[in-house]
Amino acid sequence: MPEFKKPGPRPANEALTRPFWEAAQQHRFVVPQCVACDDFFWPPRAACPSCLREAWKWAEVSGRARLYSFTIVRQPANPAFLEGVPYVYALVDLEEGIRMVSNVVDCLLDDLQNEMSLVAMFEEMGDGWTLVKFRPARRQAR
Amino acid sequence: MEQIDSTIRGRTAIVGFAELPTQRTYPGRSTLSLFAEVARDAILDAGMRLAEIDGLITGDSTNSLLVAQTLGLTPRYTASMTLHGANGASAVATAAAAIAAGLATNVLCIFGESRPASSSRLNAEAVARDGGGPRTLASEWEAPYGPVIAANGGYGLMKQRHMFQYGTTQEQFAKCVVDERFNAVENANALWVGDLITIDDVLASRMTNDPLHLLEGVMPCSGANAAIVTSAERARTLPHPPVFILGVGGPVVTNDTMRTSHDITVSPTAIAAPLALAMAGYAPPDIEFVQFYDCYSIYVMMCIEDAGLCPKGEVGGFYQDTDTTYLGTFPINTDGGQIGGGQPTGAGGFRHVVEAARQIMRRGGSRQVPKADLCLVNGNGGIASVVTTLVLGSAATL
Repeated sequence: MPEFKKPGPRPANEALTRPFWEAAQQHRFVVPQCVACDDFFWPPRAACPSCLREAWKWAEVSGRARLYSFTIVRQPANPAFLEGVPYVYALVDLEEGIRMVSNVVDCLLDDLQNEMSLVAMFEEMGDGWTLVKFRPARRQAR
Repeated sequence: MEQIDSTIRGRTAIVGFAELPTQRTYPGRSTLSLFAEVARDAILDAGMRLAEIDGLITGDSTNSLLVAQTLGLTPRYTASMTLHGANGASAVATAAAAIAAGLATNVLCIFGESRPASSSRLNAEAVARDGGGPRTLASEWEAPYGPVIAANGGYGLMKQRHMFQYGTTQEQFAKCVVDERFNAVENANALWVGDLITIDDVLASRMTNDPLHLLEGVMPCSGANAAIVTSAERARTLPHPPVFILGVGGPVVTNDTMRTSHDITVSPTAIAAPLALAMAGYAPPDIEFVQFYDCYSIYVMMCIEDAGLCPKGEVGGFYQDTDTTYLGTFPINTDGGQIGGGQPTGAGGFRHVVEAARQIMRRGGSRQVPKADLCLVNGNGGIASVVTTLVLGSAATL
């Protein structure tokens, strides 16, 4: 058994975020949306940060996003990730107005650009976990 | 801006301090042993007796209850800061408020840690081997994506975005590192004393994560520092020129750098510094030198902008055109800061306060700046999450 292993998501509150990970397994991308004020928010938490109401639902999002900022990892904290270096650790802005940490994959490092269009994709990491990652959006025919 | 209440402006002062040298380890010595030494030295420096200390503020590495009972103190006012790098400036702010409100008269602010001989990389590996540490937002939403060591990821993201938005160059970031190292060379307490570097040295250091160079960060170290805050009246009777606390802003908490949609090139300093300056009755052009929290070059640089010391987005040109050493026109982190001096865990954010006091008391020795009456001090905690700004000044600035 290798000494280091890529960690799966380890939730602080498993009951709270289980629907997200179950949806990801089915290749559906859901995020919290407040029932009262309609705001999307991230990360999941007990109450909507816009109005502090606890009534929120999981809403499916388009997966369309822009690359806000990125850093190229050469020295990962967990050596299990060394096999993939260099890779892209990024802040991604969803069109629904929330931001999350993810990886940008299927993109040459030289082609990375702030504000480039991305789309969400799903990557199985074994152990039953599926991660939401992002890749460059295909140019749309006009 | 709303009207600022200046009730506590100039009501309190820093009257003494002590600092143990910043070094990788203190073999055979515990954190509380460092605290005993630095507390004794600071109290003596202030011209006080141990029994006169009736307030105690300390930080994350050791809570104030344990510190008080170990040092034999019986404070009537105590607080434990939990704001990491912002602890030092926040402690002074809290001490000033407590004294002005009559809750204490002589407050010891004390920080530090004796770390084991280890590196951030080995620590990260130990956590990984262990199964990944505590369950937090980061363990769920960041760890599966392969984050980098320590805070390099967040500050790398800030730097990348700053370069994109404003065209800031690698050479300009490197200049910040070079100037701080120049200052550290004159500081016997600094880790890098006597060891000058050039812009090319910074650019040649490896990328921990692009666009961040190794030399733009800090070396985790051991050390301790302390200062005594008292009333302005008492301060005038003590041996050293008082360093008056003229303005306080914060601790201000703003958006979560890793998780909230906002401009990550802007720090909480943008709120904290105007509050502190308004209380003090000064404007950015009045400030003669600054001691700003510097976990990475990007952070001290974006805070210089956010404090209004140069326009937003122009800090690259500012550094390029300005000698920010103790010999220069606008001195920044005259003791070398954390980039040049090392980051004593627990005490890293207090070295900026101590050096500001040292300079305003004209005790800077070979690195004394000629204009040392009015200083802005900035403390930061987390990933650009919380900032406290102080305006400190000599009697001439009251």
